[in-house]
Amino acid sequence: MEVFATALPALNDAFAMILQPHVIGYLLLGVVMGLCIGVFPGLGGIAGLSLLLPFMFGMEPVTGLALMVGMVAVVPTSDTFASVLMGIPGSSASQATVLDGFPMAKKGQAARALSAAFASSLFGGLVGAAFLTVFILAARPIVLLFQTPELLMITIFGLSMVGILAGRVALKGLVAACLGILVGTIGEGASSGALRMSTYDMPYLVDGLKLVIVGLGIFAIPEIVALLRRDRAISDRAPLGGGWAEGVKDWWANKWLSVRCSLIGVVVGVIPGLGGSVVDWIAYGHAVQTSKDKSGFGSGDVRGVIGPESSNNAKEGGGLVPTLLFGIPGSGSMAIFISAVALLGTGSIEVGPSMLKNNLDFTYAIVWLLALANVAGTIICIAASGGIAKLTEIRFALLAPFLFMIIAFAAFQSRQEIWDLVALFGIGLLGILMRRFDWSRPAFLIGFVLAGPAERYTNQAYQIGASRFRRGFEEGIEYIFSPIVIVLVIITLLSVVIGLRQSKNIQAEGAVASGSKRAPIIFLLAVTAYIALAYWNAAIIPDFARMDRVFPVFVATVALIGCALLLVQMMRADETSAIFADREAEDAGENVHGLWATLGWFASLLIASAIVGFILALAGFLLLFIRLRAGKSWIYATVYTGIGIAFICAMAWTLNRDFPPGLLQSYFELPWPLT
Amino acid sequence: MLKKTLGALALTSALVATHAAAEGHSIDLAGKTVEWIIPFSETGGSAKWANFYAPLLSEALPGNPTVVVTFNPGAGSTKGANAFQEMEYEDGTTIFGSSGSTQFPYLLSDPRVRYEYSDWNVVLASGTGGVAYLPPELSAQLGEGGDASALRDEDFIYGSQGATRLDLVPLLAWEMLGLQVEPVFGIEGRGDGRLMFERGEANIDYQTSSSFLSGVTPLVEAGTAAPWFSFGALDAEGNIVRDPTFPDMPTFKEVCDATEGCETSGEQWDAWKAFFVAGFPAQKMVFLPAGAPDAAVATFTEAFAAIQQREDFAEISKARLGVYPQLTGDAAKTAMASATDVPQEAKDFVINWLSERYGVVLQ
Repeated sequence: MEVFATALPALNDAFAMILQPHVIGYLLLGVVMGLCIGVFPGLGGIAGLSLLLPFMFGMEPVTGLALMVGMVAVVPTSDTFASVLMGIPGSSASQATVLDGFPMAKKGQAARALSAAFASSLFGGLVGAAFLTVFILAARPIVLLFQTPELLMITIFGLSMVGILAGRVALKGLVAACLGILVGTIGEGASSGALRMSTYDMPYLVDGLKLVIVGLGIFAIPEIVALLRRDRAISDRAPLGGGWAEGVKDWWANKWLSVRCSLIGVVVGVIPGLGGSVVDWIAYGHAVQTSKDKSGFGSGDVRGVIGPESSNNAKEGGGLVPTLLFGIPGSGSMAIFISAVALLGTGSIEVGPSMLKNNLDFTYAIVWLLALANVAGTIICIAASGGIAKLTEIRFALLAPFLFMIIAFAAFQSRQEIWDLVALFGIGLLGILMRRFDWSRPAFLIGFVLAGPAERYTNQAYQIGASRFRRGFEEGIEYIFSPIVIVLVIITLLSVVIGLRQSKNIQAEGAVASGSKRAPIIFLLAVTAYIALAYWNAAIIPDFARMDRVFPVFVATVALIGCALLLVQMMRADETSAIFADREAEDAGENVHGLWATLGWFASLLIASAIVGFILALAGFLLLFIRLRAGKSWIYATVYTGIGIAFICAMAWTLNRDFPPGLLQSYFELPWPLT
Repeated sequence: MLKKTLGALALTSALVATHAAAEGHSIDLAGKTVEWIIPFSETGGSAKWANFYAPLLSEALPGNPTVVVTFNPGAGSTKGANAFQEMEYEDGTTIFGSSGSTQFPYLLSDPRVRYEYSDWNVVLASGTGGVAYLPPELSAQLGEGGDASALRDEDFIYGSQGATRLDLVPLLAWEMLGLQVEPVFGIEGRGDGRLMFERGEANIDYQTSSSFLSGVTPLVEAGTAAPWFSFGALDAEGNIVRDPTFPDMPTFKEVCDATEGCETSGEQWDAWKAFFVAGFPAQKMVFLPAGAPDAAVATFTEAFAAIQQREDFAEISKARLGVYPQLTGDAAKTAMASATDVPQEAKDFVINWLSERYGVVLQ
């Protein structure tokens, strides 16, 4: 009762603050800006908030909050467009949506998938806000219960989702996940700064690869290339009528799934340190595990959209807890949010431990602004989805250059070096091959995302645990095996057992026929060679930096054993076995263009960028691609190019960004945007 | 390089040149965009600092140019600093914000450093302080004046960002006091270190002043943390005195004096003091690139001085920067000199200590 005595007046004040016309107006402005930014894959809340920062100084606190919260809240709503329609993860929040959303779009059910996703997003956002209103008062001690061993167990639980997403050959999924982890360890070790698979001569790799690049490379590029080779529209049949109402009905039919996934989203979002980038995978895994009929997952089951989408908006609410209560940002956009709040008004709102005591009304205002923004954003998105879904009916050759332009621009925001594009292309190539030989790309991505936390928490838990054991055996055991850890261990074991038993039914990326033996074996050998190299590279890290050695060596060992077993299986199995899956064989009848010719177009864009800079290279690329590959007239191609260049320049100008320069720019000073 | 205003710029550049020459002591930035390069990501402390100053700077500079903060993170800020070193002064539209994390690799002869502070022109030096704190039950065991002798058998855990970063200052301080501190590396910011303390996993921690005020003071009020000492501040003669933000707290120097076996003179102390001075009293600095004319330096110096003359400066800067000197002009130059010109013995001592204690080899 005491809780309500504090909460109710503050809640009342919060609503009085929010429900003013100008506050709602700013919220809507933020929502519209957030939707515009979220639609473009790779540009998330960080880009949007940076855009708003200059205006925050001295702004009235509530209006400033409304503007920012409006923007942050709807990014995970509108990024669904890219995930469902193009198969491109719009941001880390909607990677899992791709798995079932995109196949639905291919089947002409884009509008249905979108509206199911938006309904789930809305619901998730509201559940998140309602849960937080009560929970935020009790959150502090609960969050503090999650010490390093608990964080490590949650990370391992996230990794166990690989079991469900491993595909038909579980071993391949395991090796893919290990490969993802090893790619995630590239760069300076977190513990002693030892270098893994990088040298100071190539500074780009020292900081490691960024999620934006790996996400876009592993999912977006293979899909774009595959669609281009077929030379048709994304949707391979006429759209079904009444799409969007259907999606809402789907959501209603699965409302309990939506509730559970929303709660998963809030809870995982609340825990600082994980950044919520695995929430959607955990929700997806949960959706699969709790469904009776699993055969449709991966080839367009609407539940595979409802699960992750319910969780990712709820997660934004959950992420507010570490941000507001501890002053520790749960994500990059939240970090900017904190610094922006300090600029508001007279700087009297201090994000941190005093927030609940001194600014409970503001805290509630933020929580419910978030909910309101979700409502507004969803309504706008549903209204727009019918029209935007028509994109799937356009011939893909006309869409692809535009998409590639945006992806390259987004990747370039990672480090603003030409190497960003090289890395995108390299990871893209890996993605294409993994897709071709039916290696689980979700498993790879989960590995990549969790490599950092897994290594960090392992080392820290080991160090702190060792110190506790020095004090006494009991104290050590209590630390390592807290009740929360034990519960998490049980959940993880159950999830792995269930996952392994059922993974054969879940083909996260559809069925794939088998081809000849040679190509899959060559790919396996190449993967093995990289892993062996990574193993050797980590093993030579000297003793004083051993904390940076143990983790990659362990993971590489597991992966090498996996590779060896796969090789043995391959030698024994005959050509038709699932282990030799080769999408080239499956799609042979549909592909109009060759893989390497299609890839050559993008490689030429990359090489031309390195020589004459991105904008000039892009102009040439768009012109020639539309004329030669798409077969349109020169006039059509020129107009297309003009619009494309104008669009990307406008976007860069608004966001205050530059484009990758090439060799040309190091000799000649050129005016923006050619720099 | 951001050159979106280049069109307008080309038209006015001749005009500007005559203006500057005529007035002799200031440059006009009307219609231009000043790019403030921060060699860290959008999410760090330097971003907060620059975002605080940027709108004020825009108001204070002649011609009220747009001031944008851009981020060039990588390799612990050495990448951005190396890039800045390559730049030459053009028209005063590029400035650079360094931090302690830029200073330390420079002092420790990190092989990645290809920049030279003495080439640059400092126009602002912002200081900060630091406060060490303990759990109350350990704090209760402290002796007179913060004497740490009773804690020598305690098994300390400290969440650290890395021994070669600013954490070098507290790590060396713990060691001088004779404490057994095991740093747990790999945390991503001091906020994570505080969280580790709050969870009871770490039992010693420090925060910079503004983070202490916002993050730890509530814990002190709730009785779950107890302040121990501040690192102190520098007076005009370069002596360590009590931190004006925390006048009631002893400085590390006082605690060291009170603790048996901790010396406030000699090689170790000199090294600690040198790195403290490099890391805190002039932690964040703003530079114009090499070759900037006096007029440009004077313009920016005056602008930053004018910001501090604002009536509301004390109020708006308190939460963001703490009550610390924001030095301009000669004072900034002196601060930069003391922060980047560390005696060779101090450098050698720390480099040797890092390699013996943590196995860090900088080559």
